[in-house]
Amino acid sequence: MSVLEFDRISKIYNVRGAGHMKALDDVSFTLESGRTIGLVGQSGSGKSTIAKILTQLETPTTGEIRLDGARIPRRGRGLRKYRQQLRMVFQDPFASLNPYHSIRYHIERPLRLDDVVPAKETEREVRRLLERVQLAPDTVIDRRPHELSGGQRQRVAIARALASRPKLLVADEPVSMLDVSLRLGVLNLLADLQREEGLGVLYITHDLATARHFSDEIIVLNQGRIVEQGTADDVILNPQHPYTRELRAASPDPENWFPTKHGGTSPDASTSGGAR
Amino acid sequence: MPEPQLTEPLLSVRDFSVVYDVDPPVAAVRDVTLELQRGEILGLAGESGCGKTTLAYGVQRLLKAPAVITGGSVVFHDTSGETIDVNALDAEHMRRFRWDKISMVFQGAMNALNPVATIGSQLADVFEVHRPEMTRKQRRAEVEELLEIVKVGRDRIRSFPHELSGGMRQRVMIAMALALRPQLMVMDEPTTALDVLVQREILRQISQLRHEFGFSVIFITHDLPLLLEISDRIAIMREGEIVELQSAEGIWSNPQHEYTRRLLESFPRLTGERGVVVR
Repeated sequence: MSVLEFDRISKIYNVRGAGHMKALDDVSFTLESGRTIGLVGQSGSGKSTIAKILTQLETPTTGEIRLDGARIPRRGRGLRKYRQQLRMVFQDPFASLNPYHSIRYHIERPLRLDDVVPAKETEREVRRLLERVQLAPDTVIDRRPHELSGGQRQRVAIARALASRPKLLVADEPVSMLDVSLRLGVLNLLADLQREEGLGVLYITHDLATARHFSDEIIVLNQGRIVEQGTADDVILNPQHPYTRELRAASPDPENWFPTKHGGTSPDASTSGGAR
Repeated sequence: MPEPQLTEPLLSVRDFSVVYDVDPPVAAVRDVTLELQRGEILGLAGESGCGKTTLAYGVQRLLKAPAVITGGSVVFHDTSGETIDVNALDAEHMRRFRWDKISMVFQGAMNALNPVATIGSQLADVFEVHRPEMTRKQRRAEVEELLEIVKVGRDRIRSFPHELSGGMRQRVMIAMALALRPQLMVMDEPTTALDVLVQREILRQISQLRHEFGFSVIFITHDLPLLLEISDRIAIMREGEIVELQSAEGIWSNPQHEYTRRLLESFPRLTGERGVVVR
């Protein structure tokens, strides 16, 4: 059981010639193992700044992060240890995997660097991880990223993230580059892993529909501030803040679009569309 | 706004086939027949590799080797009453036909615009090539008007692509496609890289412009929920074939083909029942 506290964090960027830009403004939340938080908001709302601060690629201007009550070291072995416990899955599996290296190499590396298993067990562990993400080790292990489909590549990225046996996973738009037909497969895989390994997952996305189905809790971010927070169904089905309503109304929703056949579920069907 | 009368054909595609001549050859589009009506938004959906982009590019003969059009005909019914057999056009006529009659909006606006030229000059280029009789002053007036139409604003005429947001850049792409007042716009994932709020604005704009200028749209995306909202009719493609083609509402409420039903089930519904992601 791990608990990550993101405590009253603000981040101010100095913009050349334009003064200060407040990317995050007093943001707090708690991520626990075994739970998924969906972080939604439009471009520029601060979602990725949170990911960068969580992975300590950026330091907060004020506020602090604590893992199981302890502050995160800024450098050295302590920081590395922290990063072992919190891993990222990025949006574009083409950009996040090195085209020159085999799939084996991608997964071996974190195993070696973090001394996860003894050297002679590395190969077995690589295969175990590939099976864990539902890839057939024999067919993919010696291939390079370009020989795999987008969905397979993203599975490799997930296997790599799992290699150091993290407790928390930050997934920044992990399925938005994937074909719709593959998205559910990858999300279901993440949900399986989360359940079976007790991972805490921060799911960053602007897609409200997947956020609702995949998360326990949803945080809505606008201009660096949390404007709404609650259980996934509450936030999406019964949004309170005008900004959340706006996001909800902008999301395609055929259920409301053809209300006659399906007895529309929401009063705002008239505002949601207008696309035609 | 009144719905356009969708009874006048604009583009008739018959038994259209495209093969990628590699080893072994891949039949990317197989015997596709469809009729696009004037003013209609036709959605083209299917998963990656189903041939939807190949089809849309193919009817404009925009495909490069190893793609080969192996059969079928594409006939364009011009407003002038003339009937144009697209496959029979020579290179010069084809060049003039594109953009003038059918224009394209590509997926990544950032990659489609030239980063070292202002958007004004890129828009003016269209007129310089396709309307050589226009004076510099007329071109400038047209460009300003286009920027107003797509709500980027004439004051951005000297902006470079990187100075605009993703949504604005996509609007510039739409302005470019609209420049010669084509009768058909082919849009390939025009909003996929944008966030939902910007996406909604762009969709609204496409739909408004469609009413205003009366062009037809072939809208390609794998985002079925979005397609259901914007399209009049939707064609579902799989492995190069259209497995189902009917009204958006019909696709949603009464899908005929088993594959259509599977596609519909494969996306999580915003307000629908839980359980698509097993948790």
